[in-house]
Amino acid sequence: MEKFTSIVSRAVPLREENVDTDQIIPARFLKATDREGFGDNLFRDWRYNDQNEPKAGFVLNNQDYSGTIFLAGKNFGSGSSREHAAWALYDYGFKVVVSSFFADIFKNNALNNGLLPVQVSDDFLASLQEKVESDPSEKIVVDLETQVIRLESTGEEESFEINPYKKKCLQNGYDDIDYLVSILDKVEEFEKK
Amino acid sequence: MAQTLFDKIWDKHVVDSIPDGPDVLYIDRHFIHEVTSPQAFTGIERRGIAVFRPDSVFATPDHNVPTIDQHLTIGDKLSRLQVDRLSENCKNHNIQHFHLQHENHGIVHIIGPELGITQPGQTIVCGDSHTATHGAFGCIAFGIGTSEVEMVLASQCLMQYKPKKMRITVEGDLNKGVTSKDVILYIISKLGAGGGTGYFVEYAGSTFRNMSMEARMTVCNMSIEMGARGGLIAPDDKTLEYVKGKKYSPHGEELDQKIEGWKELYTDDDAVFDLELNYEASSIPPMVTYGTNPGMGIPVDHPIPTNAGEEKSLEYMGLKQGEKLLEMPVNYVFIGSCTNARIEDFRAVANLVKGHQKASNITAYIVPGSKLVEKQIDDEGLREVLGDAGFEIRQPGCSACLAMNDDKVPQGEYCVSTSNRNFEGRQGPKSRTILASPLTAAATAINGKITDVRTFE
Repeated sequence: MEKFTSIVSRAVPLREENVDTDQIIPARFLKATDREGFGDNLFRDWRYNDQNEPKAGFVLNNQDYSGTIFLAGKNFGSGSSREHAAWALYDYGFKVVVSSFFADIFKNNALNNGLLPVQVSDDFLASLQEKVESDPSEKIVVDLETQVIRLESTGEEESFEINPYKKKCLQNGYDDIDYLVSILDKVEEFEKK
Repeated sequence: MAQTLFDKIWDKHVVDSIPDGPDVLYIDRHFIHEVTSPQAFTGIERRGIAVFRPDSVFATPDHNVPTIDQHLTIGDKLSRLQVDRLSENCKNHNIQHFHLQHENHGIVHIIGPELGITQPGQTIVCGDSHTATHGAFGCIAFGIGTSEVEMVLASQCLMQYKPKKMRITVEGDLNKGVTSKDVILYIISKLGAGGGTGYFVEYAGSTFRNMSMEARMTVCNMSIEMGARGGLIAPDDKTLEYVKGKKYSPHGEELDQKIEGWKELYTDDDAVFDLELNYEASSIPPMVTYGTNPGMGIPVDHPIPTNAGEEKSLEYMGLKQGEKLLEMPVNYVFIGSCTNARIEDFRAVANLVKGHQKASNITAYIVPGSKLVEKQIDDEGLREVLGDAGFEIRQPGCSACLAMNDDKVPQGEYCVSTSNRNFEGRQGPKSRTILASPLTAAATAINGKITDVRTFE
């Protein structure tokens, strides 16, 4: 997993609530047996029409927006446990997803792939959305060490929660498997009980 | 100290606790399927590590498989590749694999319980959010991502934070025509699609106690649809009766010992939950969904509510606020999926449609959850009843629940479906899903339009 420290970037806003993982990556694109390439089909059915042409109204097709921060709506990533949703966002180039509420499994999947889920208040999310929509060149700062997300132009900021263990993993690029494999003797002892 | 059922099971499975961090939770049973496991196997192979406890892992291909001509090679190249990859991975790592031709093949959450692999008090995971199904046996069962599948393959453990606890109590007898599916759709409509996020649910009260194991599985299955990680029901005599005598269940002395342990699996009287919700069974009607998340549910005879923020969803569905779904013509009915493809579901459907004919506009799929369920359909003479009524009985698989295989609902068409999700495109690009119980689905198939099963004759 890649290390994560801090990011200063423009953002892509999608003001949609209850975005489920079937929308992030539809089931028919889950047939790959590796982790790469899912970005091409990120939000496939919202992004392309039946003739596979980009839909003009969808935010990923709007040339004004760019950057590695995705501003999502409330209750992002609900539904299917498919980690392909996190892979698709990451593969597309996002490093941070901001929402005022994440579905549990999606949040874990994101953290396990170096994609930082940043949970902010509804008001702060609305404020970020508005600023970025009115000026797409607006930059957002996300700093993992201080756990702060900030609008660069106004300095408006909010702190976000992340548990200390996951924070350390992200900062060092460790994953749980490294740790779990290191304690297999404890697991064997547990099994004997 | 008084403990909840959830805490009792959790605490027994903690191998280690990280200070300020998660618990290392031991996993008793790990189910895998073809879609969310290949990258996990590649992961452990790259790291050069073996599957730690292959005997605790059970595999079956279900999402991609066709539901006709299963004796033939799978036509879709990518689907075939995933199914073949599962087969190879199981062979290379000595994992029990219920392949497409195996007598125990079926949807992963149907076969676990019916084979007795699922037992009370266990921790169970699968790279599939409907793993919550197994909670019906008094298990901590939840869906995980592929990185977590890799963790469990590597160590039989997961790093987990204890979720908050919610108890949903429903008391009383269900009204005529109301099933466990209506109960869970009702609860989800009250909580919304994210109302259970961060929680693990215990379902309690006489309504759940009076349900069969099959009905309890339907309830627990959909816990994820309100955002909850999982849901469980304390085991009782019905649970023990169900588990006994199954292929992988303990037998003889081992069973007696297990049963002693299972008797401890209940929530203590004074145990405290983070949230308690209470409902009366008598106020639950047959339910249908009208929108694009499972929280958008209403009584079958009610008009679509005028809620703010549902416009886009209703536009997708081709529906309007204030309209009724009742009597609306539909052309597709799907009875299947890990939510409602057990023998009890098909018995209820056969009982309702006996002597009737499906409407001419309707395409009705019956998709058994497993080979065992399919065999029961034959043994009990249901194939004839359902076939005579014009229903198409197919072979086991996830089928039209998620459109990863050939079974899809065409663009723009409505499908009354016993599955678990009505997300945009879930049953095929631009398909429109109306979630309902098997009874509502069956009555709708006969009438060719959405039907209130309470008035079906």
